[in-house]
Amino acid sequence: MATQTAFGAPPDGLHQGLRKKPLGRPGEMIVMALLTACAAVSVITTFLIVFVLFEETLGFFEEVSLADFFLSTEWQPLIGNEPTFGVWELVVGTLNVLIWSMVIALPLGLAAAIYLSEYAHPRTRRILKPILEALASVPTVVYAFFALTFVTQDILRPFLGTDQIGFFNALAASIMLAVMVLPTITSVSEDAMANVPRELREAAYGLGATRLEVATRIVVPAALSGIIAAVLLAVSRVIGETIIVAIAAGSTPNLTLDPRDTVQTMTGYMLQVGLGEAARGTVQYTSLFAIGATLFVMTFSLNVLAMWFVRRFREEYE
Amino acid sequence: MAAAAPASLVSLRASGQLARRQFISRLSRYVFLGATLLAIGVLAFLVFDIVKQGGGRLSWDFLTTYPSRFAERAGVRAGLLGTIWVVGTTIVLTIPVGIGTAIWIEEFAPRNRLTQLVRLNIANLAGVPSIIYGILGLAFFVRFTELGSTILAAALTLSLMILPIMIITAQEAVRQVPPSIRDGSLALGATRLQTVWHHVLPGAVPGMATGAILAISRAAGETAALIMIGAAAFAAFDPTSINDKFSLLPIQIYGWIIAPRGQGFEANAAAGIIVMMMGILTLNLTAAIIRERFRRP
Repeated sequence: MATQTAFGAPPDGLHQGLRKKPLGRPGEMIVMALLTACAAVSVITTFLIVFVLFEETLGFFEEVSLADFFLSTEWQPLIGNEPTFGVWELVVGTLNVLIWSMVIALPLGLAAAIYLSEYAHPRTRRILKPILEALASVPTVVYAFFALTFVTQDILRPFLGTDQIGFFNALAASIMLAVMVLPTITSVSEDAMANVPRELREAAYGLGATRLEVATRIVVPAALSGIIAAVLLAVSRVIGETIIVAIAAGSTPNLTLDPRDTVQTMTGYMLQVGLGEAARGTVQYTSLFAIGATLFVMTFSLNVLAMWFVRRFREEYE
Repeated sequence: MAAAAPASLVSLRASGQLARRQFISRLSRYVFLGATLLAIGVLAFLVFDIVKQGGGRLSWDFLTTYPSRFAERAGVRAGLLGTIWVVGTTIVLTIPVGIGTAIWIEEFAPRNRLTQLVRLNIANLAGVPSIIYGILGLAFFVRFTELGSTILAAALTLSLMILPIMIITAQEAVRQVPPSIRDGSLALGATRLQTVWHHVLPGAVPGMATGAILAISRAAGETAALIMIGAAAFAAFDPTSINDKFSLLPIQIYGWIIAPRGQGFEANAAAGIIVMMMGILTLNLTAAIIRERFRRP
């Protein structure tokens, strides 16, 4: 149900009663004004985010040319004399952990969603789903700890060989990012699958389809826009996650998609600057906001797209 | 069974192509179950590993002493108190605004494009990465309004971060209250606000409480945004007001994770995680209990 609470509007005409009645005493006007002020807070928040990002990014581009930002392939902002600001190194770093975490999380998350929606006994589902969702309440610093002390030290380096994979590597980060978004993918796509009308399944069974065929050829295609929304939300969470990548993937910008290498993501760079307390007005400080704006544009587009898919799905079956 | 049946009876078992399809379908059950159990196995192993690594460090002293250069003498006192201060302040700031916004949108806002935009905007804010809230807090609360790296600046930042989740769950709770209750109250002559105060709010409280607790547990574990606004990894003092500097449990854990290897700080990080997870688990359990207790049949 999570998707519906997040994006749903109640149908028009539902409890319109309160709206039509005029306000009573003058005191009520004050309360009304307070309520409206509360609602204004989130609108103001959006304006603040956009304004802050825009203003400081403008400052950044006064010192760094657009060409350097978009065409240079090296991100060396903290080097004294000749810093370079090629954003691609950070974007590719983010892409690296994104690709590998999705390679792991997508099959697992979708398989779990199919199991919960199509195979599991309702009682089993009632037990398993909350446990899976508990993964979502684990703070990411815990996953970061696990990525470094367990995934890298006890699994990856002993098995792949210490000459093959470094202490900081994209793979360990990707694995824990996958664990982090698993509940998002499973929960949102399971909701979508559960909303596929029963009649579709029954028609397929009536034609002699097996359970697997119903699941993969009827339910999954019918729930596709919900599943896509789940994936987009997961992607948006992965590229916005900071602590896991900062701790496990290292802090060396690296133009590579090899999961064994150390990379720095956009968020990883932001955290690095944040730890160093860059002085206001320096180009390091404004670069924080230029990267932040890049990240914001990406996650914002993904979220809007996800909402569009959810709405499309709901129009189909409700 | 089929083998025992007389040969003259037609076997009901599928054969050939159909048998293969049915076999694959039966097999698929275990593949999908396997994927589900793997995810749950990870959670179980995570708990096991962390208890194994950090269990030995847990003691009363660990909770009541300040950080130290020596791993075995360090404790989480500053982080724990800081987290209690920051989360407490966040609760005070977030809950009224969250409930107010939800009530306004669901009960009073005109049904027009503007309201729809406000609604979409909130859903969007819920998807903004925490580190963006972190740099917003840094630029606006810490620098522009000159609050500095204080508990208040941290709580304001966290409030903005969890407000969307709080609002969305509170909206859902308000929507769950049947319209007939409103109609009944209005028909008996209650004003709109009386109806909300006496009938809508009481019915929505369990749902709102659940949402609030889940939102707060997110704030309690947040690390990146608060590093951005300059929370200290290691502090050796107790906060006494919201204008004090502070440390936080997740940030202390972060500090121990990135500390030099082989000096026992990993065990400290694990022990810190146990303390933090106990708190977050308690919050989530409370939310689950409230939800079950007040579940509508």
